[in-house]
Amino acid sequence: MRRHLSLWIGLALAGSTMLLALLSRLWLPADPLRMRIPQRLQPPFGSAGSLGTDAMGRDLAAQLMVGAWNSLSVALAAVAVGLTLGVALGLLAALKRGWVEALVLRLSDLLFAFPAILSAIVLAALIGGGAGTAVLAIGLFNVPVFARVTRAASLAVLTQDYIRAARLSGKGRFRLAWDHVLPMIAGGLIVQATIQLALAILTEAGLSFLGVGIAPPNPSWGRMLADAQTYLTRAPYLAVLPGTAIALSVLGFNLLGDGLRDWLDPKAGPR
Amino acid sequence: MRYTYFIRTVSVLATLLISPAVLAQAGGPGTLTLAMPIEPPNLDPTSAAAAAIREVTYRNIYEGLTRIDRTGAVQPALAESWTLAADGLTYIFKLRPNVLFHNGSPLTSADVKFSLDRARAPDSTNAQKPLFEPIAEVSTPDPLTAVITLKRPTGLFLWNLGWGDAVIMSERNIATNKTNPIGTGAFKFASWTRGDRIVLEKNPAFRDAATVKLTKVTFRFISDAQAQVSALKAGEVDAMPNLGAPELFEAFQKDARFKTVAGNTEGEVVAGFNNARKPFDDVRVRRALTQAVDRKALIDAAYNGSGQPIGSHFSPSQPGYVDLTGVLPYDPKAAKAGLAAAGYPNGFTATLRMPQMTYARRAAEVLAAMFQDVGVTLKLEPIEFPGQWLDQVFKRTDYDMTIVAHTEPLDLGIYARDSYYFNYQSTELKTLMADVAATSDTSQRLALLGQAQRRLAEDAPALFLFLLPKLGVWNAKLTGLWENQPIPANDVVDVAWQ
Amino acid sequence: MLRPILQRLGSAAVTLFLGSALLFLVLEVLPGDPAAVMLGLEARPDTLAAVRAELGLDQPALLRYLAWVGGMIQGDFGLSYTYRVPVADLIAERLSLTVPLALLAILISTALALPLGTLAAAKHGKAADAGVMLFAQLGVAVPNFWIGLLLILLFSLTWPLFPVGSFPGWGDGLLPGLRALFLPAVALALPQAAILARVTRAAVLEVMGEDYIRTARAKGLSNRRILIRHALRAALLPVITILGLQFSFLVAGAILVENIFALPGLGRLLYQAMNQRDVIVVKDVAMLLAAFVILVNLLVDLAYLWLDPRLRRGA
Repeated sequence: MRRHLSLWIGLALAGSTMLLALLSRLWLPADPLRMRIPQRLQPPFGSAGSLGTDAMGRDLAAQLMVGAWNSLSVALAAVAVGLTLGVALGLLAALKRGWVEALVLRLSDLLFAFPAILSAIVLAALIGGGAGTAVLAIGLFNVPVFARVTRAASLAVLTQDYIRAARLSGKGRFRLAWDHVLPMIAGGLIVQATIQLALAILTEAGLSFLGVGIAPPNPSWGRMLADAQTYLTRAPYLAVLPGTAIALSVLGFNLLGDGLRDWLDPKAGPR
Repeated sequence: MRYTYFIRTVSVLATLLISPAVLAQAGGPGTLTLAMPIEPPNLDPTSAAAAAIREVTYRNIYEGLTRIDRTGAVQPALAESWTLAADGLTYIFKLRPNVLFHNGSPLTSADVKFSLDRARAPDSTNAQKPLFEPIAEVSTPDPLTAVITLKRPTGLFLWNLGWGDAVIMSERNIATNKTNPIGTGAFKFASWTRGDRIVLEKNPAFRDAATVKLTKVTFRFISDAQAQVSALKAGEVDAMPNLGAPELFEAFQKDARFKTVAGNTEGEVVAGFNNARKPFDDVRVRRALTQAVDRKALIDAAYNGSGQPIGSHFSPSQPGYVDLTGVLPYDPKAAKAGLAAAGYPNGFTATLRMPQMTYARRAAEVLAAMFQDVGVTLKLEPIEFPGQWLDQVFKRTDYDMTIVAHTEPLDLGIYARDSYYFNYQSTELKTLMADVAATSDTSQRLALLGQAQRRLAEDAPALFLFLLPKLGVWNAKLTGLWENQPIPANDVVDVAWQ
Repeated sequence: MLRPILQRLGSAAVTLFLGSALLFLVLEVLPGDPAAVMLGLEARPDTLAAVRAELGLDQPALLRYLAWVGGMIQGDFGLSYTYRVPVADLIAERLSLTVPLALLAILISTALALPLGTLAAAKHGKAADAGVMLFAQLGVAVPNFWIGLLLILLFSLTWPLFPVGSFPGWGDGLLPGLRALFLPAVALALPQAAILARVTRAAVLEVMGEDYIRTARAKGLSNRRILIRHALRAALLPVITILGLQFSFLVAGAILVENIFALPGLGRLLYQAMNQRDVIVVKDVAMLLAAFVILVNLLVDLAYLWLDPRLRRGA
């Protein structure tokens, strides 16, 4: 238990974020978009017993839950984009070497030079903000991350004796990758994906804070924080609640990633 | 032992970096730093509609023949006196002698003729072109006399000449006034850091230079409401003539370092329909949507409860105001019935182009929620004000709905124009407004204005929401800033430090 | 020595080229007509034609691309569509803010992270170690724009030590400028420091197990001296790598932080240009920021060559 502390804490935090997000599809304490303006700016645990209301009289608990769903869907979609493209490119580089590898490496450098917020702003200047823009921007930044991890791990696997044996037995390169390389590197990829998920949640919050992420009135944690700014002294809970939600879920996925790494590879030790 | 050195170094560094908590003048003695939420697109008020241009240049850089003062009254400016002939059509303006433009050239009646002729020319891009329409001819008998002949008696003509759109410019500077404005005012343009600030310096050649106390005026552009407050409290900004987020006003009211003034503007916050587009071309739809709006709740949520509800496009502070908020009162059931009668029993979907100003974003969100209650889905699409908005909504009328404050005074004539961004056409209103312009008897004119207000309230070419208050906050040692805003301006000529 | 340097210079050049091509493709070729993007979809044909001519859009894309890159190399970034002034002037004004801001943030993050990481390694498994690790986890989890808001609330409003919403420039000397940049730099630096502290701790821990450290200890060198002389020096290499890798996050963070603190830097320019749909400014600033990231990574690679003799032989 002590040994896998971060795994358990991470699992608890990330798990509850995911549960809340899923629950929001089935049940909500209130309509998150419904404005009850006379009941605006109610503090948490007040008369209603919920988490209170925002400046427009919308239910905060419902907003946070739908925000969890929106935030996680964008983050998951973005990491999926990065994972798919990145693994494909990384495997290609490791298997083909030569100019293909060089090209993939330059492409990684290139995409890496465009942090998600930068590409989101470039895209928003063209097509406006929105969840799609956020997914694309965060996803693109994830491509080089997964490409590099995949390439490095695959190169290591490819030097193993049994792979050489398989190659000699006449297996094609892609068959080889599918049968032998991917299963060997899957663990590392899952760890990386979990950590990237944390980063994606954080980035999405930043994009929505700037107004290029999830479009209003659809609730998102980042925009709740942006809206809370002018009420900092009067209703600090408006900033505390979404800020805590972001921090705890990011912390959760980070710890989960660390914990998974320790669990999969106990020798590596905590880093 | 080493650690004590470390701590000592840190504390020395800290004292160097930290200064005492006194609210100093942001830029030193004789200077004023004033923050506005919106940056002007250029500095020529005679060629574009953005109020922000006037809020930097009015009286500070450019002057007209007359000017409108802090109470909304007409005062002499470049014209020191004038007479109106008995026919009510011929104005003779005597210009102030020895007035120099900032580049040293003298002001003459030729500049007056040039400016007014340019404003009313067929290819004029003046945002208030109709103000100049009554002018038949401008003549210049001598360099200090300008004679303006009107087509018909125009009751508000002297007042119209006081608008920011009617300022006098020299022909030589027309091409460059957008970026390097040359006027006759007490301040001249010094620099413009795009996206951040415009700096004006005192004009030493100004005719009343001795009465001008400020030597340097900086206009900062801070769109974010929280950043405005931070900058004020940190003493980086001396004055915020109109605070972006009203919920922050209370904190300043309790702070003795600041003077707070809740004044009036002429800014009607109006959610315009594109009357040429389906389904807003149907008056039943527009009336139904008006009944879907609870103005009181909207003001509470969007402007923290400060702001007066309006039922038509008219400011309650103007003579002739009629309270028409009861013409189409909040009644969601009636709204639904009205929509059904117009052929939309299940509502419809429309897009509202939403400028970035705090009041606009919040009011748009509230409108979307209130429309949802009557089955209408309003999609909110952000748009940058003024650049994008002027181009796409104002000029090209490519929109379903939008929301913006109309800050010009007595501007219900916009609904009588042949082409304005609402695309609203009403011969009845046109006749009424023509009668208003031609009537010199005050009580009769006000009665006609009342009829025009009612016409608009019933036709609902736009959602008339509320009158934007002017929540001014400035350093308590400052005097001379405008408390109300009869026209869009930040006139700082009379501002001084105590 | 020369060959690996040339290799890395070549890679960076290729990446820069690909970056400019990508940006040009996305912003000018894919949308079809950039003039229509800037003017809106229903622009009048004559206006569109005028803007197209003004921007030289009637030329073939390849020529326009070459003109853009060629211009940038000579410092000509074109005219801002919104402001009608050279983009190079807009950028130059803002570089004097953003570059010092980034440098200050790097300085603060290393000044925090190196001692904290070393301390954690020295007290491995003790309370101090756990504390540093907790800081490291929280530091990456808390959004830097939230930290920025809290810093403003605490150190500008409640306890007015630092200005906010203003940058006096460097004309009045170093201190006023540094004061204005201090809080935003801290907001930028904290997440970086969290990551760096973790890396430092891991690197120092690894070195502490090595033989030569044991020898030094056997020779009677004090623990602190061993830490500073040997362990920290060995940890420098991974720390520099991470600094380079993190630079793109610094750029991203600067965009957010400059907006929160209302600082007229490159990030705010980019954000404003996006809202104004000023494609020319967006393209130029995005290219510049991406070029910064690429160049910093090149510098890190070169520093690596310098510091690690094994690589110097071109392995």
